Amino acid sequence: MKVAIIKYNAGNIRSVDHALKRVGVEALVTDDHKAILAADRVIFPGVGEAATTMKYLKERELDRLLKELTSPVLGICLGQQLMCSWSEEGDTPCIGIFDQPVKRFPEGGLKVPHMGWNSLDRVNGELVPSELKGTYVYFVHSYYVPIGEDTAAETTYMVPFSAAMQRGNFYATQFHPEKSGDPGELILKQFLKL
Amino acid sequence: MLAKRIIPCLDIRNGKTVKGIMFENVVDVGDPVELGAKYARDGADELVYLDITATHEGRKLFADLVRRISEHLNIPFTVGGGIDRVEDAELLLSAGADKVSINSSAVRDPGLVDRIAGGFGNQFLVVAIDAQWQDDRWTVFINGGRIPTDRELFSWAREVQERGAGEILFTSMNHDGTKNGFACDALRELSGQLTIPVIASGGAGRKEHFVEVFERGMADAALAASIFHYNEIPVPELKEYLKKNNIIIR
Repeated sequence: MKVAIIKYNAGNIRSVDHALKRVGVEALVTDDHKAILAADRVIFPGVGEAATTMKYLKERELDRLLKELTSPVLGICLGQQLMCSWSEEGDTPCIGIFDQPVKRFPEGGLKVPHMGWNSLDRVNGELVPSELKGTYVYFVHSYYVPIGEDTAAETTYMVPFSAAMQRGNFYATQFHPEKSGDPGELILKQFLKL
Repeated sequence: MLAKRIIPCLDIRNGKTVKGIMFENVVDVGDPVELGAKYARDGADELVYLDITATHEGRKLFADLVRRISEHLNIPFTVGGGIDRVEDAELLLSAGADKVSINSSAVRDPGLVDRIAGGFGNQFLVVAIDAQWQDDRWTVFINGGRIPTDRELFSWAREVQERGAGEILFTSMNHDGTKNGFACDALRELSGQLTIPVIASGGAGRKEHFVEVFERGMADAALAASIFHYNEIPVPELKEYLKKNNIIIR
């Protein structure tokens, strides 16, 4: 199986690559359109800032390419957010795979960023296996996707939000499966099996 | 609910894990990758690797170690020690570190906080602060607790938050190495003044100390080294105890 990790100016792509190696898959880290189109699975990781990252993706037409992919795609963290329609972070128009806005966590409540291990309160069973309901996974983010029809798993931090999403061949997680211990590796394996 | 985090800290010298008692007298306690993987299996929520050599030659070696850690570890880890420039942080990021921690270099050059957070995101930057309660104030120290500065804990923590730090790691020098409990009152004050998470460090000796630091100290995470390295309190036993005491734990 050919797995491509989209290479862009985001933090810690390496750790996704390492996590895939741990589950037995050798991935290609690339921004080459042909290589991405030829892959059986595409991972769109991300840690970073929305506006800067969208600009970078647009310059390389990776935003358009991502939307047109037909093989299973997995967005992680900022990846999930950029697959939505718009982000409050820098008032940024995003790729628009999920018809959802990305909002900032409210001020004056709990600490922001939402950082650490939180539980998957509801899961739809496809990307996130149902036995992982109630399991803790690792989050680091200041913006969130509200609950909507594409929500595939739900977590609550001040507000309930989309911990995972799904529409057609597009999947995404707000948490980091590559940093979520054994449950995270189970989710990565599940994505490779879809 | 967001869980409180338990973070074992591994001091690294020349590629080996050590633990300083009161910042002095280091003793070898094992291989960093092996020990880290063991903690991950035991249920540690995160790890901190602190390079206490941090010489120019040592840094390259440390980056290689960070790469190995990233390959083997499936939980987040922070690396610190000798990060004086954005390039140092970038090297560790590309080696696979989830976060970097800076301490003395932030005091010497506060703009470094802005540059690292601006370049790689707030979530990537932990600012560590060593402080000592003396003459009715928490004085910030640098160089591993050896040099006092004119900075004061709370105002410095607020400043680095403003500059873009994603978390504060506060070590009370009065408590570190004593095993008499964390600096809960200062931690509570700090947590109340900040909007970013606070990691408590210094003073862990008994399981009750962790309940205190999360309840009274309002810490988001607690860090310790020797009690874990010498297996005085195994991580699984600690987490079981915290759950029994109604602390939200993974």
